[in-house]
Amino acid sequence: MKVQRVLALTKKEMMKTIREPAVLFMIFLFPIVFVFAFGASLGGFGGSQTATYQVGVVNLDLGGSQHWSQVFTNNLSNMTILKVNVYTDNQTAQSDLSQGKIQAVILIPASFSDSITSYNTAPNHPSQWVNTTVPLYLDKGSLVATQAIPPIFQQVLGGMLNQNQQTTQSPIQLQTASLVEVKQSSALDFIAPGMFTFASIFLIMMVAQSFTQDRENGMMKRIRISPTTPTEFMASQVISYMGIALIQATLVFAMTYAMGFKPAVGVPAYVFAFILVLVFSVSNVGFGLITASIAKSSSAATGLSFLFVLPQLFLGTFVGASLSGDAQIAGKFVPSYYVTDALTSVFLRGAPLGSVTILVDLAVVSVSCVAILAIGIVLYAKYYKI
Amino acid sequence: MEESAIIIENLTKKFEDKTAVEDLSLQVSKGELFGLLGPNGAGKTTAINILCGLIKPTSGTAKIYGYDVQKDAQKVKELIGVCIQETAIYPYLTGVENLALFGNLYAMNKKTIKERSNMLLTKMGLTEDAKRITAKYSGGMKRRLSLALALIHDPQIAFLDEPTVAMDPQSRHAVWDFIKEQKTKGKTIILTTHYMEEAEELCDRIGIIDHGKLIALGTPKELIAKNQVKNLEEVFIQLTGRNMREEL
Ligand SMILES: Nc1ncnc2c1ncn2[C@@H]1O[C@H](COP(=O)(O)OP(=O)(O)OP(=O)(O)O)[C@@H](O)[C@H]1O
Ligand SMILES: [Mg+2]
Repeated sequence: MKVQRVLALTKKEMMKTIREPAVLFMIFLFPIVFVFAFGASLGGFGGSQTATYQVGVVNLDLGGSQHWSQVFTNNLSNMTILKVNVYTDNQTAQSDLSQGKIQAVILIPASFSDSITSYNTAPNHPSQWVNTTVPLYLDKGSLVATQAIPPIFQQVLGGMLNQNQQTTQSPIQLQTASLVEVKQSSALDFIAPGMFTFASIFLIMMVAQSFTQDRENGMMKRIRISPTTPTEFMASQVISYMGIALIQATLVFAMTYAMGFKPAVGVPAYVFAFILVLVFSVSNVGFGLITASIAKSSSAATGLSFLFVLPQLFLGTFVGASLSGDAQIAGKFVPSYYVTDALTSVFLRGAPLGSVTILVDLAVVSVSCVAILAIGIVLYAKYYKI
Repeated sequence: MEESAIIIENLTKKFEDKTAVEDLSLQVSKGELFGLLGPNGAGKTTAINILCGLIKPTSGTAKIYGYDVQKDAQKVKELIGVCIQETAIYPYLTGVENLALFGNLYAMNKKTIKERSNMLLTKMGLTEDAKRITAKYSGGMKRRLSLALALIHDPQIAFLDEPTVAMDPQSRHAVWDFIKEQKTKGKTIILTTHYMEEAEELCDRIGIIDHGKLIALGTPKELIAKNQVKNLEEVFIQLTGRNMREEL
């Protein structure tokens, strides 16, 4: 393999992207405009970062005419950062939490007032305290909630017990009972990961058009007459479209960031996101090649490419986020689903990069994308010579 | 070293419904300028496509500089330059960029690419338009660039499939001069054309094919004398015309 050839062809492909208005529009402008329109229609601008947290309080306190639980609730309500909803039963609160109406549920147990009374009676004799555990349920889709809410509760509790900084002992332990997967957080937070996936899908059409056009105008013959090997040619294609995917992802990220998508994750998460998009772009080259193999002409290729574009779009990105359960099952058969899933886990749920979900997604994406590219190359080489 | 640049033996190409080349045998010497003539659909392009490895022959063999066009395709590709019948250039690249791209595909170094590009652009009268996007070129300009692309790597053997089609008289004469110059450098050239004066002016030897078969072979003079006519055009009409009438 001669690097000189691969580089020259890659450069050519990049020139095309910049110079052909139709290509430029399809690859960069269209996804950006779409993301912008979609985001704006969902109220993505500015408003997505809530300055207050909606929390639910379920009061199951029995002791002492619920005095202390009332005080605790009032103290919570006095925090400007919190908006408190009082529930009489845990079930309703949990349901609201899972739907994203509130970001946390704190369950005040039966022994709460007794516990505080016992502390106030003998603050220096822990052995006489009535110990209580306060379960806290948090929206795991809201990274901010999981980070910010527990300290706020802790602060309010500490204030009630007149604790100073030194004493760390307390009869009441706040315990994060579970992180709840929430169905809906901010509209933008929810669709942003899918937007990364979205832009890249249109590469299918570009690749299909590029191959069919070069076939029609005789360029493919010229390349084949030259000493360029099929491997060199395909390498240049894959590199070019990966490069384009990278630029797309950067643009889309800049767009969503400007619109208020600012997940509290570190640099590795972003690096991971870009790697994922790059791997994903390989499958789009593959699908593009499959389309070019079936399509007789470049105009037919445009239409046929939707055969692959649409399922990926609807089953695997934000476009189809509200689809039926059946469609979501069907989503498991398109690579874009796993890309979006991994990105959502990383950005929204704050999943660590080494977690099983992420690794499984990455594995599925890598294997399927390479397989699709291989099928594309084999199929194309079967019908048309490279 | 063999004396023949090209040896074609019993070459046949059948498409599903059509025999495009039938039992073609032919030798072209090194440094020879060989003209392949024949009416539309005679099989000229098909024969060239087989020689440059674009399509597989149904049967028969072809060797270029002793390399089998099928088995040693990679070696053959480095020896040949092909100006295909279609005008194929990248529309979104400029003239120089097109030339540089193909220079790189032939693994030439930067300096040589530049020198060679400048020379070809000058010969083809494209210097002024070298930095323009080729989508904006006129038909004849595209054609001239297409020819320049075929010769960027200074190939030993050039296949020129109707190189001067769509060119104005000046350009055509410039191309003729350039082709003659290639010959003086010892290059082997296979040329197809529908312009008889072009064939008469340039070619050392001519092969006329019709319905995929070689029906005449010789120098222009020999062919004219043998058929007792005034010029090559009459030879052509006599041979291919009679052929057609016989079939009716
Ligand atoms: N890919 C193909 N499939 C089927 N038939 C083909 C194919 N390519 C060429 N042919 C047929 O083979 C015959 C020879 O075609 P070819 O292009 O070699 O002619 P030609 O001599 O170059 O003609 P022209 O002077 O018009 O360029 C024609 O009848 C053509 O229809
Ligand atoms: Mg032809």
